Amino acid sequence: MAVLRRPECLLLTALLLFCWPYSSSALQWDEDLNVELRDADNATAETSLNKQGNQTEHAPATIDTLPIVTWKWHHVEAPYLVALWVLVCWLCKLVFELNHRVTNIFPESGLLILIGFVLGGIVWGADKKATFALQPTTFFYYLLPQIILDAGYCMPNKLFFSNMGAILVYAVIGTCWNAGAVGISLWGCYEGGAMGHLEIGFLQFLLFGSLLSAVDPVAVIAVFEEVHVNEVLFILVFGESLLNDGVTVVLYNVCDAFVSLGAAKINAAEIIKGIISFFVVAFGGALVGVIFAIILCLLTRCTKNIQIIEAGFIFVISYLSYLTAEMLSLSAIMAITFCGVCSQKYINVNMDERSVNTVRYAMKVFANGSETMIFVFLGISAIDPAIWVWNTGFILLTLLFVFVYRIMGVFFLTWFLNKTRLVPVETIEQVIMSYGGLRGGVAYALATVLDPVKIKEKNLMLCTTFLVIYFTVVLQGVTMKPLVKWLKVKRSAQSELKLIEKLNNRTFEHTLCAVEDICGRIGDNWWIRGWNRFEQKWICRYLMKPSARKSQDYLFGVFHQLNLEDAVNYVSEGERRGSLAFMRSEDAASVDFKKKFGTDMSDIMPDIMVNTDFNGLDVSIRESVPSVSLEIHENDTKNLRNNNDVNVHHLLQQHLYKSRKHHRHKYSRSHFSINQSEDEVQEIFQRTMRSRLESFKSAKMGVAPAKKISKHPQKDRQQKMSNGKSLDKSKAHPYGDEDFEFSDGNSASGGEAATYQTPYYYRVAGIVNRAFMPEMDTPPTMRTPPWLSQAETDGSVAPSQRAQRSLPWSPSNIRRLAPLRISNRSTDSFIMADVVKPPENPEDRVA
Amino acid sequence: PLWCDKVLLRASRRVEIAYFSHSQITRLYSRFHSLDKGENGALSREDFQRIPELAINPLGDRIINAFFPEGEDQVNFRGFMRTLAHFRPVEDNEKSKGHDASEPLNSRNNKLLFAFRLYDLDRDDKISRDELLQVLRMMVGVNISDEQLGSIADRTIQEADTNGDMSISFSEFIKVLEKVDVEQKMSIRFLH
Repeated sequence: MAVLRRPECLLLTALLLFCWPYSSSALQWDEDLNVELRDADNATAETSLNKQGNQTEHAPATIDTLPIVTWKWHHVEAPYLVALWVLVCWLCKLVFELNHRVTNIFPESGLLILIGFVLGGIVWGADKKATFALQPTTFFYYLLPQIILDAGYCMPNKLFFSNMGAILVYAVIGTCWNAGAVGISLWGCYEGGAMGHLEIGFLQFLLFGSLLSAVDPVAVIAVFEEVHVNEVLFILVFGESLLNDGVTVVLYNVCDAFVSLGAAKINAAEIIKGIISFFVVAFGGALVGVIFAIILCLLTRCTKNIQIIEAGFIFVISYLSYLTAEMLSLSAIMAITFCGVCSQKYINVNMDERSVNTVRYAMKVFANGSETMIFVFLGISAIDPAIWVWNTGFILLTLLFVFVYRIMGVFFLTWFLNKTRLVPVETIEQVIMSYGGLRGGVAYALATVLDPVKIKEKNLMLCTTFLVIYFTVVLQGVTMKPLVKWLKVKRSAQSELKLIEKLNNRTFEHTLCAVEDICGRIGDNWWIRGWNRFEQKWICRYLMKPSARKSQDYLFGVFHQLNLEDAVNYVSEGERRGSLAFMRSEDAASVDFKKKFGTDMSDIMPDIMVNTDFNGLDVSIRESVPSVSLEIHENDTKNLRNNNDVNVHHLLQQHLYKSRKHHRHKYSRSHFSINQSEDEVQEIFQRTMRSRLESFKSAKMGVAPAKKISKHPQKDRQQKMSNGKSLDKSKAHPYGDEDFEFSDGNSASGGEAATYQTPYYYRVAGIVNRAFMPEMDTPPTMRTPPWLSQAETDGSVAPSQRAQRSLPWSPSNIRRLAPLRISNRSTDSFIMADVVKPPENPEDRVA
Repeated sequence: PLWCDKVLLRASRRVEIAYFSHSQITRLYSRFHSLDKGENGALSREDFQRIPELAINPLGDRIINAFFPEGEDQVNFRGFMRTLAHFRPVEDNEKSKGHDASEPLNSRNNKLLFAFRLYDLDRDDKISRDELLQVLRMMVGVNISDEQLGSIADRTIQEADTNGDMSISFSEFIKVLEKVDVEQKMSIRFLH
């Protein structure tokens, strides 16, 4: 495999070195320890340590002389192996992420399984037996909770609850349908003689069907993120997969109980009890989750003095909810899901913002990390000849039924739901949903829990489960993306080439969003309003800090808060923006560089970008990379001479505000961005408020909107640039820095671009000058471009833009940022506050 | 309430209301009513501005303006519906509906006209460079400089401008966007 690179090999040899002493010594140990060691890789440190402790106590402690150092491998063995395996799994991921070309075609989960095969093969080769396998206890207690918690905590609540009905239908009815249909069909085929003689009864078939019914969201969601499906589809699949993990476990338990009971004892009463227990377990679990969520919210109300560890409470309490539900034999997955879903809103406002970010980040680390481990171990665990029992009929029929019934289930349920849904789920989305029925870790873990005494063909079931997982994750995972692309392409078979098309498409999107909001797309039902009122009145009172509650009061409160934040964070903000601008221009430069060579280097682009990605804040750049390189590639092959166009396209594409559809969902499991989009939102929000305020003022007071365009040159940017390569440029033109991205691109292409270059310097000079002159002195023949004066009267001046451009250290800026607070003064003083002293920027006068 | 029924009845007689089904009218009316804080049967700009999502929509205020006929500060339910009718999806059997003489509000051209009016502030049926720049400024982040934006605007106009007057007329606007699937991109499914 090409992906197996050198670090990987080194690691494997290191691993082997550790495996040898362990495996040789393992033989001498007693049986129960051996069992323990089978899952030593993941077992809890405490229990293994206890065992280890006992073990060493048994050993004779007679020594002849004082040893200076001793080799204490057995002391640390279990935790050491755990840590080592975690490291190995994460390194696997690292290796894949080095090469985007592979992960673009092949889903990461599939790759991880494949590398699991390799690792498992090595262990097998060294040990001649499957030493390491994923144990269900490890899976359920140490790997699964954080994944589910992360999903619940990052759940977009509004969407989730407004689509709750559909999600429940898919998760409960869909899962039951899958389980029942697969089980019954397999039983029918068995009775028909399709798989020879097996010791499986009807109930066992049902049990098998139920364990296979869990749809694993991970791979689907990874794909969904890349193809930009709409958020409703996303939440349907996301919510379904979350809840159906819980439903599957419950269903499995019920079936398991039936199997234990035996077919003879089952009568109508037992079946009814089974159905009741199904609902009690599922909803009881949810209730436990809600209770713990309330505890968590109350707790975070008073953690102000221990901010350092307040983030830890979330993990501990959520984990306790999981364990408590498990203890009460309720659905633990439901419990931790609802704990996350219900508490997120309140704890996010109760806690310090840094803690919130810490929680989010840590959750991603845990979730993504354990997800990686699950996939690797799904591969490793399969390398064990003992479990492989082949039965062609059984295996192939299972694959077929799993695939077909998923499709049937989705289409039927969607048809049913579409009758009542406001926004119908389209056919293409149904195809994606049904094709996304990937099975994963839960199915495997449930299959390993099967009791070989009750179920004679456990190994056959286990290996079939493996095959179903591989078939769905690897095969469907690989073909999913091309399928979606193909369907999408079929739907809108055209490429955007013109700027105006691009601009208008974005305009259309924003317009649609706005109109949807005006129509109140998401629930204007009375009970939602009722709930909101109830929440405002009661829930917030008890679960939120008083201070947090106050700031929620109304829109202007938010505006006020934003202003305050702005003023306080001003200096750092300016610096950050400056570095961001720097990054952007460099980005543009590298694009030009690439274009000059005109080769198909577009694949290298991501690597370049990742390298320049040093401050970790410019998520936007990384996000835009694929589209950029793709677009450039497209254009390059089309016509090489139109470089300038590409530059403009690129620029526009990168800077246009994204509408809701384009924002990366925050519930993405593999990406974490600290409110990059929130920055944008804040920007727009401030602009809007500013313009409204001004039109309001002009209407009420009969004065013209305050003229306060002040185009300061971007000092911070200039400083950054001037120590770089643009030094000469900025000397030749005082505003060379502002034009840097552009002039670079133009000079690269030459030709007609030159005609653009000069007028813009000219104009910039005009703008800047204007800002530093008293308003009435401005001569009418001023070289101000007409749009600028238009913008003044329009009042749609971007406040944050101005804020960004003005200098952080001038105190007047702070005042200008908060017009609300000084609005009791006369408008004159308001305008005065905007007049910045000329000497601050001597360069402007020169121009 | 009785008042509501009266409005609904009156509204449903109107021609443009033929675009919506009864349940849609009811739903939109309840939305209209909940937006109408003054309870006078008409929405003002402030009523729209109270919708929090519009404050973070870069084109929010432009779209609000699109609801108001020129020179008016109020929009009644009928006007509200009339504007929303632009966003209905186009159906094949729709041609029989709507106005007898003119084309329906949700036709391709009317959808485009709605978008065109977002740019064309002075209603001279031309998008000038200034008007385009204003919209561009609203729609891009702060990290793009004025001259870059100016160049984008120039190129955009060049693409569309056929008669060389450095502005985009409505016919040019239609022409340049002829490949764009406006029917789909300017339609909201739930208004179906």
